[in-house]
Amino acid sequence: MDNEPYIVTEFNFVKPGKGQALYRSKLRNMITGAQFERTFRSADTFEPADLQQKKMQYLYREQGKYCFMDSESYEQVFLTEDQVGEAKNFLIDNLEAEILFFEDRPLEVSLPNFVDLVVIRADPWAKGDSVSGKTKPVTLQTGYQIHVPPFVEEGEKIRVDTRSGEYLTRVKD
Amino acid sequence: MEDDGRLAKKRETLWKRARMIRAIRDFFTSRDYLEVETPYLIPALIPETHIDAISCGDWFLHTSPELHMKRLLAAGYPRIFQICKCFRDGERGSCHLPEFTMLEWYCRGMDYRKLMKECEELIVSVAGDLGCGDVINYQGRAIGLQRPWESISVREAFACYAPMSMDKAVTENCFDEIMVSSIEPRLGLTQPTFIYDYPVSGSALAKEKKDDFALAERFELYMGGKEIANACSELTDSKEHHRRFLNVNKYRHSIGKSIYPISERFLQDISAIPEAAGIALGVDRLAMIFCDSSAIDCVVAFAPEFL
Repeated sequence: MDNEPYIVTEFNFVKPGKGQALYRSKLRNMITGAQFERTFRSADTFEPADLQQKKMQYLYREQGKYCFMDSESYEQVFLTEDQVGEAKNFLIDNLEAEILFFEDRPLEVSLPNFVDLVVIRADPWAKGDSVSGKTKPVTLQTGYQIHVPPFVEEGEKIRVDTRSGEYLTRVKD
Repeated sequence: MEDDGRLAKKRETLWKRARMIRAIRDFFTSRDYLEVETPYLIPALIPETHIDAISCGDWFLHTSPELHMKRLLAAGYPRIFQICKCFRDGERGSCHLPEFTMLEWYCRGMDYRKLMKECEELIVSVAGDLGCGDVINYQGRAIGLQRPWESISVREAFACYAPMSMDKAVTENCFDEIMVSSIEPRLGLTQPTFIYDYPVSGSALAKEKKDDFALAERFELYMGGKEIANACSELTDSKEHHRRFLNVNKYRHSIGKSIYPISERFLQDISAIPEAAGIALGVDRLAMIFCDSSAIDCVVAFAPEFL
């Protein structure tokens, strides 16, 4: 629509008394993130957005921008903090992720479901904690804070579910 | 057995719906209305610009009982009501089912103003039978039933709520869009609201107002931002009926929709129709209001997706 890609976030069939069928929709502009409501007629048509996914490697962050590289063509693209969103909590060097493109513009990143990250700060394990079934907060190498079982220690690697942001298990290298 | 839990949860709602329908019957019976049954399967229907029928062999499932109830009215039955299933192709949304339940009633000697009053009396009476008192709580808001209810003309509603006037919306072909986005959601929130005097262009069989032929004597009732009923003073001129049917079919043809056979018997009978008003009320929608349901699916046992 208007040469930009939109994602439909809500869609409802409505029909004012004796009037025509309409579709009240909520849309999000995939480039700007702007959300708004729009009413469509049943005969309205749109071109499917020309979207493509590409596997790319995360390289580094610089001045609030996240750099990804196509490992075959070595082409590099930058995503903004907003575009990266929650994924920034799990981005480690060389992580392979899918970048969604509209024409040549990168829009968003989707990560593998599971990522292994190193705990860089954790309070020492105190006796009795595991009995009570409590969790403790630790900080991961990306700066992300997460609740883990009390037996997880500093320097250990854990597996995190990137969809929920939750701890899964400890990982031995 | 996954379905069993879903249906079991509807027990309270289905009981309330059944009590509501009984209360509706009691109301009309006590007022000397004859309950009638007209055929669902019919060879010809009243063509409407934006209502599509479901074909059944060479015939159709009726989209409303209007045609045959009017033939009864013309034949000298002065007060009739019906609660029946209606079928409309392609209508599915949070307030729409392709097969839904309609209450329709007609009364000789009434006009749309008097019908508003009877509509109030019906809903107050049903609320009383259901033990609601004079307030219905719907989606976190209290809809007060103390009469008289709010009534606002379509023109006023555009002036209050819309970015442009009614006439401009009709000319610019965005009347429906403004109704659904700016006006409907604001109607009937604190008390039921009648909105009346629609542009004649969208009112299939309503009579024109004597002092303004661009407007039709038609009203709708809204509760909780939802359209509950649609009513009008009935057109009585047989030739005008025929002319409007042809126009609707012509328009339908121009937008690539099927055209519908016109009932000659209806046109013959209708020349004897008395001054009367008629109203169609969505029983499922009214049940949504009384059961505090946000979706029509909640107030029927089976939506099409569960068949």
